[in-house]
Amino acid sequence: MSEIKIPTMAEMAAQGKEPEILFWVGCAGSFDERARKITRDICKILQHVGISYAVLGTEENCTGDPAKRAGNEFLFQMQAMMNIQVLDGYNIKKIVTGCPHCFNTIKNEYPGLGGNYEVIHHTQLIQGLINDGKLKAEGGESFKGKRITYHDPCYLGRGNDVYEAPRAALEILDTELVEMKRCKSNGLCCGAGGAQMFKEPEPGKKDINIERIADVIEAKAQVVAAACPFCMTMLTDGVKNQDKEQEIKVLDIAEITVRANGL
Amino acid sequence: MIAQLIFIIILGVAIYFFGKNVSKIRRNILLGKDTDRNDRPALRWKVMAKIALGQTKMVKRPVAAVMHFFIYIGFIIINLEVLEIMIDGVFGSHRIFAHPLGGLYGFLIGGFEVLAVLVLTACIVFLCRRNVVHLKRFTGAEMTQWPKSDANYILITEILLMTAFLTMNAADYKLQLLHFGHYVTAGSFPVSSLLAPLLPGSASALVITERVCWWFHIVGILCFLNYLPYSKHFHILLAFPNTYYSNLNPKGKFTNMASVTNEVKAMLDPSFVPENTGEPARFGAKDVTDLTWKNLMEAYTCTECGRCTSVCPANITGKLLSPRKIMMDTRDRITEIGNNIDKHGKDFQDDKALLDNYITREELWACTSCNACVEACPVNINPLEIITEMRRYIVMEESQAPASLNNMFGNVENNGAPWKYSQADRFNWADE
Repeated sequence: MSEIKIPTMAEMAAQGKEPEILFWVGCAGSFDERARKITRDICKILQHVGISYAVLGTEENCTGDPAKRAGNEFLFQMQAMMNIQVLDGYNIKKIVTGCPHCFNTIKNEYPGLGGNYEVIHHTQLIQGLINDGKLKAEGGESFKGKRITYHDPCYLGRGNDVYEAPRAALEILDTELVEMKRCKSNGLCCGAGGAQMFKEPEPGKKDINIERIADVIEAKAQVVAAACPFCMTMLTDGVKNQDKEQEIKVLDIAEITVRANGL
Repeated sequence: MIAQLIFIIILGVAIYFFGKNVSKIRRNILLGKDTDRNDRPALRWKVMAKIALGQTKMVKRPVAAVMHFFIYIGFIIINLEVLEIMIDGVFGSHRIFAHPLGGLYGFLIGGFEVLAVLVLTACIVFLCRRNVVHLKRFTGAEMTQWPKSDANYILITEILLMTAFLTMNAADYKLQLLHFGHYVTAGSFPVSSLLAPLLPGSASALVITERVCWWFHIVGILCFLNYLPYSKHFHILLAFPNTYYSNLNPKGKFTNMASVTNEVKAMLDPSFVPENTGEPARFGAKDVTDLTWKNLMEAYTCTECGRCTSVCPANITGKLLSPRKIMMDTRDRITEIGNNIDKHGKDFQDDKALLDNYITREELWACTSCNACVEACPVNINPLEIITEMRRYIVMEESQAPASLNNMFGNVENNGAPWKYSQADRFNWADE
């Protein structure tokens, strides 16, 4: 992605500029190989529609979400307060995140520690841009005739009642949007939340992502759309486990949007 | 006159014991820590009206919703009949509302009878679901002897009470046709009149039948009232306050522990002086008294319906965690503490706790915090909050988190990310 230069808050500040929105990349978005592609796609979208934005780059830190869900409130609050200092230092008002966990934590839990921002998830950004006519799903890859299903991330759906924004991004494609039997508020977790991503699951009959992939297969979907880097990992592993890599693609809503718009 | 006296004594004793047991439960709930759930009262009334009164969260399972609705509406409306029975019992009258209400009375009795049949149907369907069909939701490791039989006792009692009610009406109807004694023509008996041919013809036998059913019905109700505090059926009362005090925040929002905020602020800024918050609190929950009163109220509200467990991803995939068991364990433990207080005084300590004696660590670590259980509960119970509080205790008081989570904590602390990558590499994605 040599053609675009990713602006940082530090550079902006040096030029005396304040961007309209901060893109909070998150740890997965920074380090996970698959999620990094999604991160760059979110930047492409921001660039394409001409929103002034910046990232924190090396000044960003884990929000503390996995620590908090695992019960380490000390570590969470340490992270939160350091992050709030950085965010307030740059006078940040509005944040877009690529991860529902970062989104939930900054939106809901930072205000209690003095950090007040308007926080949106990247699917909400995309929905807004579609509504404003700035993204049209034209000029790029056609998803015509494909069966697409959407997997609700717990911290976006049940956690914060965001169900429509990601679907809006799929509805403008010329595709067949099918729902899995467990969707929206009944959606089934991918198995990674609550810090499960960082430990082995407890003994049981099977892993949660395998249970979830059965829903995708049952819906006969060719594409399963994700909106969370953890769900992305779990769903991709599930598809591999069932030897369905040829039939089922796992794509983030941002990737689908970028492809459909030929960005 | 003697009958009236006996009735008043039974009524008084029933109300006394019920009041005593309810106040014990209230005391047990208040053993929990304080939490403020009094903001936004208008919204709280709305939530209660929708969820407890309007039963809106029941509809996800239509069969159960319809059957439950029959019992619920039957319970509420047939109470008007119970009011008449109470008045008759105290004053020695018979069908005291019949005369003043006139035609409306017949309509009401007819309505009660139809409801009684609906309640009977629902109870039979429910019994079949539990004992013949063996619905998966009603089995499970925590559904042992008592929780299983509790459900059956409730359903059988309701069947007996409704049968007594209809038989009483049938006898009354026949006596009315005979123009016997004080059994003046009153009420319409659309269902019980069908039962009438099954009853004896002699007036004296009918009077005995009517009286026996009358006493059985009202004494049964009073016994049932006193059974409630020991049973999951207590939800018929607690569903209302429990939904009123619902969590109104987004489900993804966890509480920020104020005691930790003080310590973290002091760490980051040595000049920070925390407000004196009294005795040092324990971090997280080891026992039920470390939970909030709302958590404990939820434990007493739980109907053990298992909707939470049936949607729990950990439980579905065969892990030990069952959100229903978390609530049942919490109730069992707080009841145990309450009984200890009654027997040995309020300072008595047994050497048990909710953690390990009731809930194992394996259960707690299996939770993905996905909120499916919270979403599924028809009365807004939150098992996730209890799980989180117990994790907090294990991590912050005991430092006993699983090793892999300790690695993650270390990475977050040292590298600002849960994985072992250098902070300096965080922006490398931009150059690819």
